[in-house]
Amino acid sequence: MADGKAKSGLLLDIRNLRIEATVYPPGEAPKTITLVHDVSLTLEKGKVLGLIGESGAGKSTIGLSSMGYGRGGVRITGGEVILNGRDILKGGKEGFRKLRGREVCYVAQSAAAAFNPAHRLMDQVVEASLLHGTATRAEAEKRAVALFRKLSLPNPETIGERFPHQVSGGQLQRVMTAMALCSEPDLIVFDEPTTALDVTTQIDVLAAIKDAIRDTHVAALYITHDLAVVAQVSDEIMVLRHGRLVEWGGTRQIIKEPRQEYTNALVSVHEIEHKEQQPGTTPMLSVKNVTAAYGGGHVKVLKNVSVDIFPGQTLAVVGESGSGKSTLARAITGLLPPEQGSVVFDGRTLGNKLSDRPKEDLQQLQMIYQMADVAMNPRQTVGTIIGRPLEFYFGMKGRERDKRVNELLDEIEMGKGFIDRYPAELSGGQKQRVCIARSLAAKPKLIICDEVTSALDPLVANGILKLLLNLQQVEKVAYLFITHDLATVKSIADSIAVMYRGEVVRYGSKSKVLTPPFDAYTDLLLSSVPEMEIGWLEKAIAGRRMESAGN
Amino acid sequence: MSSPIVKLVAQRIALGILLLLAVSVLIFAGTQILPGDVAQAILGQSATPESLANLREQLGLNQPAYIRYFHWLGGVLTGDLGTAMSSGQDIATSIKERLWNTLFLAFWAAIVAIPLAITLGLIAVRYRNGWVDKLISGVALASTSFPEFFIGYLLVFYFAVEHQWFPAISTVYEGMSLGERLQAIALPAAALTLVVLAHMMRMTRAAILNVMQSAYVETAELKGLSAFAVIRKHAFPNAIAPIINVVMLNLAYLVVGVVVVEVIFVYPGMGQYLVDHVTKRDVPVVQAVGLIFAAVYISLNIIADIAAIVANPRLRHPK
Repeated sequence: MADGKAKSGLLLDIRNLRIEATVYPPGEAPKTITLVHDVSLTLEKGKVLGLIGESGAGKSTIGLSSMGYGRGGVRITGGEVILNGRDILKGGKEGFRKLRGREVCYVAQSAAAAFNPAHRLMDQVVEASLLHGTATRAEAEKRAVALFRKLSLPNPETIGERFPHQVSGGQLQRVMTAMALCSEPDLIVFDEPTTALDVTTQIDVLAAIKDAIRDTHVAALYITHDLAVVAQVSDEIMVLRHGRLVEWGGTRQIIKEPRQEYTNALVSVHEIEHKEQQPGTTPMLSVKNVTAAYGGGHVKVLKNVSVDIFPGQTLAVVGESGSGKSTLARAITGLLPPEQGSVVFDGRTLGNKLSDRPKEDLQQLQMIYQMADVAMNPRQTVGTIIGRPLEFYFGMKGRERDKRVNELLDEIEMGKGFIDRYPAELSGGQKQRVCIARSLAAKPKLIICDEVTSALDPLVANGILKLLLNLQQVEKVAYLFITHDLATVKSIADSIAVMYRGEVVRYGSKSKVLTPPFDAYTDLLLSSVPEMEIGWLEKAIAGRRMESAGN
Repeated sequence: MSSPIVKLVAQRIALGILLLLAVSVLIFAGTQILPGDVAQAILGQSATPESLANLREQLGLNQPAYIRYFHWLGGVLTGDLGTAMSSGQDIATSIKERLWNTLFLAFWAAIVAIPLAITLGLIAVRYRNGWVDKLISGVALASTSFPEFFIGYLLVFYFAVEHQWFPAISTVYEGMSLGERLQAIALPAAALTLVVLAHMMRMTRAAILNVMQSAYVETAELKGLSAFAVIRKHAFPNAIAPIINVVMLNLAYLVVGVVVVEVIFVYPGMGQYLVDHVTKRDVPVVQAVGLIFAAVYISLNIIADIAAIVANPRLRHPK
């Protein structure tokens, strides 16, 4: 493709890459921060390099530098990016435009957002090929259809006529992969391509991507925070932290014999010991035959659901998106009044609607949400946020309130210095901790945790789970833990309800639910959780009993 | 066309008709609240009670208000807008020509203003926060901030008095060729364009900037599209709904808000007709013109709503 061929085999050679950005902290002078500190990497033709690390590690920034692209004012200030034998950083804007979409293509985390809602899929898939003049429209469309077929998309001949909103998330992710492959590039940057998908869909997309990479001999940078995922597709893995290289080696070496402590922490992240508690005699909260629907009864999202939660214990509700997990939480809290059935708390039936419930009932049930940053008022300090339920439920004021806020901050392992901070000044994990403190402030008997660790990096999420378990010991609070992540469930649950299309398909104590024989859906869920093992993907695909819902 | 669109469009139209009826009630009620009535106005202050009573009988003013309203409404629906008190002429006939003139002026102002505003908006986004953006925004805002009569007189001073390229008074009459007509309305059309330009341009800029943050814009950039192609092909189609809305709002202004400009340039349109008859307290004419302005406003807004619905691929192509 490029004019001067490099020494054979070497496609990408990044040397001492330094990337900086200017930040504008409120009330301070703008300052320059370094996002990537002199990172070097090489990638041979047809090979896959996994870039792994937490958010802020610089993985995406490094990946995008291979296209000369910096998100939101990010600048490449040092080093060389040698692609096909030439330093692309010297090519200027025109040079970047010529290589983007032709030599290097990009697959984004959320294909649903990365496709333009106003255009048909086919127009978007062939756009880059037409722009760079590498194919006529007819050729490009033929190639696209062949790729749709290779990526096992349904109706490969006609799916291109659809608009993005007419196609499911997992399918869109595959169409995006086809879009990247359609220009026949030398390198594809996959930026967390399966992170936003359900586990059962993730495995399909992962397998499709892996096959496509193998058959087209394209090289890839595969960016993710999930080591188990990257172990399935990569030849080599590079571990990054705070914009610096931690460790770089073959996939087997990284996951089996990590040399750095940080890599080891990533490899063993999911292991929390949690002893299962036996269910008591009287449940604290009983959901009895609840049926709920949206759209005035048209769309039934919960069908005859019954579960019990015992004092001081954790019920985990697992299922894919659309299975009705969050709707169950909405029905319990009264945000969505059930059409049939009832919710019994401490021996009394709760009002169906939120407005029918007295303050005492509201106090007993608290919620923590997935997105901590949008669940807090950005203009209130941590002290005000945590103090609010203290004022509202207990009428605490002034010094008494501040004292209690400080106690709560201690409980969530954050110091006193945080009381005057604003949410924007906290990290993702700290924000979630503040939300936990806010829910604890009401002294509830039950906290509903809706995907509280899904938006967090694995190590941070692990810290939150440990905190929740400790708090359960101290405060004797029960959790209804909604999640799609089975590893989390194993770490925290006493009993488990598996939901599928609005119904509870499997329910019981943790050991019972996780012991074979499984029903088909639970089997699919369990077998879809990526394991830190080379060759797991092929084994899992071969051993499946049912198709995933997203397909 | 698929069913959800048909349903939504039908709803909008039905709502528009309902709104127009409500406006007609308001207009009618407004003229009823005014002291005195048509009979009093025709006969003047020296009228005797007998002659007043006779005329009221003759005009049907003795009937209850709601019957008179339906009588008026029935007339409007059949194209009979009543008779002007001051001149005794049929209102529909005199309005017809003037409405046509107003629409002619609005049409040509729109033909210039809309593409210009949208193009300037696109250019402003392309060079956002740079000097080109600031220049476009500054000039557009300045032209909008000046009152339209000021702009009108400035245009007259430069282009009619100093250089004599265009006439200062926009007289149009039957038998004029299109070219002559266009020359006659050049200055009022330019004044109108300057007045509505900034609003549309700023809105275009804001609406497009809003979608420039989207992931699909990044996707387009990473395909190697040029900055302008990204804006035109990927950002603009998704910003179309708010842009159509503001365009229609300004189109409505071009029709119903031209009063001042028409008076300055002595252009025989609806605005001038309205002003003439307001000074003469000619209630039937004011009613008729008010209703027509309301109808224009409401229908343009319905068109904006429908265009926004049709522009949405989610509604055009349901799952």
